[in-house]
Amino acid sequence: MLRISGVHTFYGNIEALRGIDIEVNEGEIVTLIGANGAGKSTLLMTVCGNPRATHGTVTFEGRDITRAPTHDIIRLGIAQSPEGRRIFPHMTVMENLQMGAVTADPAHFDEDLERAFSLFPILADRRSQRGGTLSGGEQQMLAIARALMSRPRLLLLDEPSLGLAPMVVKKIFEIINEINEQRGITVFLVEQNAYHALRLAHRAYVMVTGKITLTGSGADLLADPEVRAAYLEGGHG
Amino acid sequence: MEYFVQQLINGLTLGAVYGLIAIGYTMVYGIIGMINFAHGEIFMIGAFHALIIALGLGITTGTWIPVALVAALVGTMLLTPIYGWALERVAYRPLRGSPRLATLITAIGMSIYLPNQVQLLQGARIKTLPPVLQGGFEIMEGGGFVVTLSYLQILIMVLTVTLMVAFTLIIEKTALGRAQRACEQDRTMAALSGINVDRTIALTFVMGATLASVAGMIFLLRYGVIDFFIGFLVGIKAFTAAVLGGIGSLPGAMLGGFLIGLIEAFWSGYFTVEYKDVAAFSILVLVLIFRPTGLLGKPDIEKV
Ligand SMILES: Nc1ncnc2c1ncn2[C@@H]1O[C@H](COP(=O)(O)OP(=O)(O)OP(=O)(O)O)[C@@H](O)[C@H]1O
Ligand SMILES: [Mg+2]
Repeated sequence: MLRISGVHTFYGNIEALRGIDIEVNEGEIVTLIGANGAGKSTLLMTVCGNPRATHGTVTFEGRDITRAPTHDIIRLGIAQSPEGRRIFPHMTVMENLQMGAVTADPAHFDEDLERAFSLFPILADRRSQRGGTLSGGEQQMLAIARALMSRPRLLLLDEPSLGLAPMVVKKIFEIINEINEQRGITVFLVEQNAYHALRLAHRAYVMVTGKITLTGSGADLLADPEVRAAYLEGGHG
Repeated sequence: MEYFVQQLINGLTLGAVYGLIAIGYTMVYGIIGMINFAHGEIFMIGAFHALIIALGLGITTGTWIPVALVAALVGTMLLTPIYGWALERVAYRPLRGSPRLATLITAIGMSIYLPNQVQLLQGARIKTLPPVLQGGFEIMEGGGFVVTLSYLQILIMVLTVTLMVAFTLIIEKTALGRAQRACEQDRTMAALSGINVDRTIALTFVMGATLASVAGMIFLLRYGVIDFFIGFLVGIKAFTAAVLGGIGSLPGAMLGGFLIGLIEAFWSGYFTVEYKDVAAFSILVLVLIFRPTGLLGKPDIEKV
């Protein structure tokens, strides 16, 4: 479904991605883990065309999107809940959700809104509150709900568990699983919370300073001694 | 008292012109963070379009006047935005992402280029439109002073208020307005939501130019005289209005416009006409010293 091949991305002279090959198949949850600054967020943004890859190609459902403008890529059926959540601070929760539905058929709006509120009931109570005044956890839920409003076929999630209480983290991962299983949405997940993310994943990749160093099933990587040492030790492992 | 009311009416109709132009400054500032110094020239071009259409139709008397007025209004509202669009497309879009100073200098350059273009095409002499809309109501009388509310002033107020309400509704309630606010708050996320950012910015220029064109038409009807140079002073005052109201704030621009109009009218009415511009700009200086965010502007503490 999504194929990233030989992708290099630069910020000025800094080469953030140094030849990345990743494939995400339809129906999968694929997790990408890696240390701070490895280039994970850059990769998700490169898929969306901002920044663009300087070498290599990104194809989505067979279509080359390497040079496509961001808004066109989104219209093809990709949605991202980006790093830092990027909730529109001066818009209400409702308006933020409407922004998520920009590319969607307006006829689906009420139904999709209903589903968003049933996934995250707290958002229903806060619907007229301004995004900038939500708590961090509420913002995270809103970011995911907003991304779902476009009925994406591929959902890109950048650290959805960041800054959340352990109980909420668990809930978020359950919801990701539910989105994938019940709605058939393919998920490409970037996480620091390697334990949960690998358990959830069908397949996973490890990224170190702009390169993929390891790949395998979620269970394989969870059992891998190097992965355990680098990303799990002292954690839940 | 009667004199006061008269100045109030004059000030409000003058403020309508400033307010309509100020909205263009404030919307463009909101969405791309630049002062479009050429916006006053768009207003001037709007006045010229209205004049050319009105004179072209050749009907400045009789029952056909309303038709001529509507034709001039609609015509300038359709033609002038092309300039707003072209300005953004040719002068500003190629500079997106470059340092602020580059855009600022380009804006100043365009504000020199546009009046010169009009001067070349239309000549340097002043252009006049015979008064087309005369008469009015005498609403008060006292001490030998008659307060009149002219038909023209009524037209100006109705037109202005209608446009301001319509544009506020567009910004607050429609998908286009939401897209504009999204680009204002987080352009990257707006694009990630599927918004065509470049097109939304271009539309903002078009909307601002539409309002400026109406201001141009109002100016033409009110004074009956225009030349290629009117954009400068009126533009700067409208910019002052936008800053006074709080640049980036739509209601602020309207409020600022009316306030500047009132200040100017009362200053001319009670002190000296010569120094009315000084009065308006002194207010700007005071606001910048004591309340830099303007009357309705909010400090940007929440920006992500
Ligand atoms: N806008 C930018 N300009 C310059 N360098 C950047 C920019 N964004 C990211 N970088 C650099 O690119 C590299 C990869 O950053 P990226 O945000 O993709 O890392 P990450 O894997 O998402 O890290 P984290 O886990 O901390 O979110 C880092 O070295 C970072 O400093
Ligand atoms: Mg990151």
